[in-house]
Amino acid sequence: MLSGVLLFNQKGELLIMRAFRQDMRPRLADVFRIQVISNAQIRSPILTLGSTTFSHIRSENIYIVGVSKGNANSALVFEFLYKLVSLGKSYFGRFDEEAVKSNFVLVYELLDEILDFGYPQNTETETLKMYITTEGVKSERAMEDASKITMQATGALSWRKDNIKYRKNEAFVDVIEDVNLLVSASGTVLRADVNGQIEMKAYLSGTPECKFGLNDRLTLGENGTDPGNMTGKKAHRAAAGSVTLEDVSLHQCVKLSNFTNDRTISFIPPDGSFQLMTYRSTENVNLPFKVHAIVNEVGKSKVEYSIAIRANYGSKLFATNVVVRIPTPLNTANTSHRISQGKAKYEPSENAIVWKIARFTGQAEYVLSAEAELSAMTTQKAWSRPPLSMQFSLLMFTSSGLLVRYLKVFEKSNYSSVKWVRYMTRAGSYEIRF
Amino acid sequence: MFMPMYLAGGLYRSLPHTRQGKVAELRQELNAPVNKKDRHFYSKKIALKKIVANMTMSNNDMVALFPDVVGAMQVPNLEIKKMCFLFLVNYAKTKPDVALTALPILLHDLDDTNPLMRALALRTVSYVHVKQYVEATVLPVKRLLKDPDPYVRKTAAFCVAKLYDHDRHLVENDDLIDRLNLMLRDENPTVVSSALAALMDIWERSESIKLTIDYSNASKVVQILPDCSEWGQTYILDALTAYVPQDTDEAALLAERITPRLSHTNSAVVLTCIRVILYLMNYMDNQATIAALCAKLSPPLVSLLSKGPEIQYLALRNALLILQRRPEVLRNDIRVFFCKYNDPIYVKVTKLELIFMLANEKNINEVLTELREYATEIDVHFARKAVRAIGKLAIKIEPSAKVCISVLLELVATKVSYIVQEATVVIKNIFRKYPNQYESIISTLCENLDSLDEPEAKAAMIWVIGQYADRIENSDELLEDFLDSWADETHEVQLTLLTATVKLFIQRPSKGQDLVYKVLRWATEDTDNPDLRDRGHMYWRLLSTNAPAAKQIVMGEKPPITAESEKLDPATLEEMCLVVGTLATVYLKPVHTVFRSSRVRRIQESPALQRSQLPTYQAAQQAKMMNPDERALPSVFPDETNTYSTQNGDVLDEADAYFASVGGQGMANQGFASLPGTTEHGEERMYVVNQGQGVGTVAPTMHVQNGEGDLLSF
Repeated sequence: MLSGVLLFNQKGELLIMRAFRQDMRPRLADVFRIQVISNAQIRSPILTLGSTTFSHIRSENIYIVGVSKGNANSALVFEFLYKLVSLGKSYFGRFDEEAVKSNFVLVYELLDEILDFGYPQNTETETLKMYITTEGVKSERAMEDASKITMQATGALSWRKDNIKYRKNEAFVDVIEDVNLLVSASGTVLRADVNGQIEMKAYLSGTPECKFGLNDRLTLGENGTDPGNMTGKKAHRAAAGSVTLEDVSLHQCVKLSNFTNDRTISFIPPDGSFQLMTYRSTENVNLPFKVHAIVNEVGKSKVEYSIAIRANYGSKLFATNVVVRIPTPLNTANTSHRISQGKAKYEPSENAIVWKIARFTGQAEYVLSAEAELSAMTTQKAWSRPPLSMQFSLLMFTSSGLLVRYLKVFEKSNYSSVKWVRYMTRAGSYEIRF
Repeated sequence: MFMPMYLAGGLYRSLPHTRQGKVAELRQELNAPVNKKDRHFYSKKIALKKIVANMTMSNNDMVALFPDVVGAMQVPNLEIKKMCFLFLVNYAKTKPDVALTALPILLHDLDDTNPLMRALALRTVSYVHVKQYVEATVLPVKRLLKDPDPYVRKTAAFCVAKLYDHDRHLVENDDLIDRLNLMLRDENPTVVSSALAALMDIWERSESIKLTIDYSNASKVVQILPDCSEWGQTYILDALTAYVPQDTDEAALLAERITPRLSHTNSAVVLTCIRVILYLMNYMDNQATIAALCAKLSPPLVSLLSKGPEIQYLALRNALLILQRRPEVLRNDIRVFFCKYNDPIYVKVTKLELIFMLANEKNINEVLTELREYATEIDVHFARKAVRAIGKLAIKIEPSAKVCISVLLELVATKVSYIVQEATVVIKNIFRKYPNQYESIISTLCENLDSLDEPEAKAAMIWVIGQYADRIENSDELLEDFLDSWADETHEVQLTLLTATVKLFIQRPSKGQDLVYKVLRWATEDTDNPDLRDRGHMYWRLLSTNAPAAKQIVMGEKPPITAESEKLDPATLEEMCLVVGTLATVYLKPVHTVFRSSRVRRIQESPALQRSQLPTYQAAQQAKMMNPDERALPSVFPDETNTYSTQNGDVLDEADAYFASVGGQGMANQGFASLPGTTEHGEERMYVVNQGQGVGTVAPTMHVQNGEGDLLSF
């Protein structure tokens, strides 16, 4: 397992170094600095030298490095590094050089707690915050109920503390979908899928047992393997109220065996916000925007664009912050454009015309026509034509068709609770080749 | 001088300019009498923070403060204590004598009424690599393994593994491991998973210890899975590969019971669970059960592609592996591996390999459109690999050869130098695979001769000219052009030129006469390369003594080539499936070749083992069919791994020795200075997965090269 953890800033200065095993030598920090940070050629997250492996991720402007000897469980190492970042974020707001420098003692304290002999221990933020705090004073007070903490840190309900009380019991559910699209130059959809996540903010007293209900007809991918059956099924899948999920991952708190048996999602939520589940869907993806792009290279001096975007959702809805990036050749000298809505601007640093539409009403269609003038080049390398990409966010719409039917909360004291649900669809990687 | 920059804001007022001054000032600050109003020891904390910061910067002067820090440990404040402990763990090895003065304090804390304190003290005391510390910990650990508090018990469980790391004989001669074993019956799931992790850790490092889990134990730990933390679940699943099913139903049942873990959000849980299921499948005989399990593996594996790029990469490398062992997993999922424009290059390259492996006659058009797109990408290495993949597909999927070739020709028409060169190389292979079928495209290739400047592409083109000398109208002129720069070419190109000229002479004696004489003279007289000279002499003698024999040899039938080279050998495949999710799967090499000291995992014999389904067994059967004379083929697996280890042993030894020297005390400066030197001959031992290849060994200059684990190279 992990022999040590290193944190560097972008310049390669060591911010944190903690050894968990004998084989973690201080000089390994120099090795990483020389072999990875100052080596522009290395772009891989894993480097093995001898039997020592450096696995690193980057967060904001720092490198977070896990050092291991032997054939360590790489998934565990990276998951731990991600966890460290998210812990840092929940403790300091953000996890960057600044935050690490001004809280380095706390970072050491956290590392000592969440890793023992290089094995990740309890990393639940809620529990850790009970006894590792930014204010030294609080940790004194926490000492009084130490045994409560230890039970919490080792218990089956490590994500929730006892005796939480709210005057008003509320739960907020956010269904957020990232829709990914890749369309070929000829207009065929190469891939369209949805990565969804359900975020929950639970402000509920006591030990509430929650039950979560999605669409009436929830199918989970396993039967997709038989291609003969596909066409027949599609018809009824498209029926309203049904959704087909390829796969779901559930938060630690969800009782996975219940889910496997009868697809019910029941759990005792952590206090505050957490990610209840993530899912993937590839069937019947509703694409919010249809893009029609014609791009012609006229000789060697000009490229002509004609882009039309149509909103495929109901006319009562509207998407916000729509940004369309239209790539231009590297030797673009100047552009001119006409648009029916929004603002467009040529961004030389991005090699793209950026077209922004603040509010895109459903069923509307907006067009852009543009021309890029090219300067003469000595080399005649063909333009690689990177895909056109879109960003947007659209409320009250799910591309997968997923719906939250109910959220039931059962608690001993039988209080009533208020639940709120929001839906949002965003662009993941929404790319159109031309 | 190294200054902890981050203390400048707020904490530091003025900085002393000499080292001694700094140490003295910090000492003074630390030892300053506590002001009565300062109930939380604020000033002491600040002094300690500064010390810890300096320690991070590897400022070894801080050792001088050791006695003072030990003094501060007595302060009844948890935060101060934690900082002092950190200092102790860091410097105990440097100054064991001073460290010993802190031992009584720690031992006293082991009896503290607060469980958090007991655990902290135990954790710290077991980090210190000093003999007296290790010896003094043994007794208290025995007590703390039975502590009423589970938090202390799980800390004690890990403590046993730590003690084993410090002094294995001490632990082996005591009953600590037995006691640790007893912890598996603990009522608290976290304690059980910690004990398992500790046992696995000890097992990993000792050949003398055998870890066996019987069905009832396995069943018990699976039972508590849902109550463990995500990490605990990983430890338990990891340990399950030590369970050897004695009965096929047992295996199936256990696999069924852990499948819910596949929906966990933590990828370590998911990948380790996949590992266990793949392992258990070796012991199942019901094909329907296996098929049902395989169907369940695919979605979670694909879901990992929505995680961070590092996890995506790991998942993809494992997909490459699983695909070879269980092709039914992922069979229908080729589109999910299409690259996104912004994917990091290491992800893209692995996706490309997967696309290549999943391509078949049905989806070839889709795949080719996609690969064609990649071939025009900015990253040169990736683009080349895409071109290469198209060429390999032509060889792999015979019915689709024609479409592949037409795509290649389209790419050649772009006239981008590196694309043309790459295409030339693969077209040569296509000619070898399909002789006398696609010669019509030779003319297109000949149009682009000028853009060839890389040895490999040149060699490929020269081979084509030589092979088809009688069909290319001006083959003698083309060869002559290449011969003009004979002296500047690499040996590789010179060798091909030599052979091609001989081929020309054999096919068209009148045209090749002058050339062949010239080239043979160069090859035999003007070179210092023995290969070239030998080959030159051989041709010369052949041609002068027996021309028909020369023709037979030079223009003889060549063995057909296949695209199967991308497959792992059966023994490696079998071993890799037992370590899904680990670093070795990133390199797709036997664990021993990358990590010498790691313990090899093998599939254990049992009545339930379906030996006939194992890749090694199947390979051995195949080999038997091929040479029926050889009756008893030894099992490939153990021998194979042994040879690997001996081959790489010295190199890795050297590497480890290097690291040992790098870390040594008092060698600080020396270690640093030797760094550039070590990279020079470090090329054999550095495994790196970089932009270009799947896996390669890194030469200091980092040129493109054929990485061994690189699946898409010829």
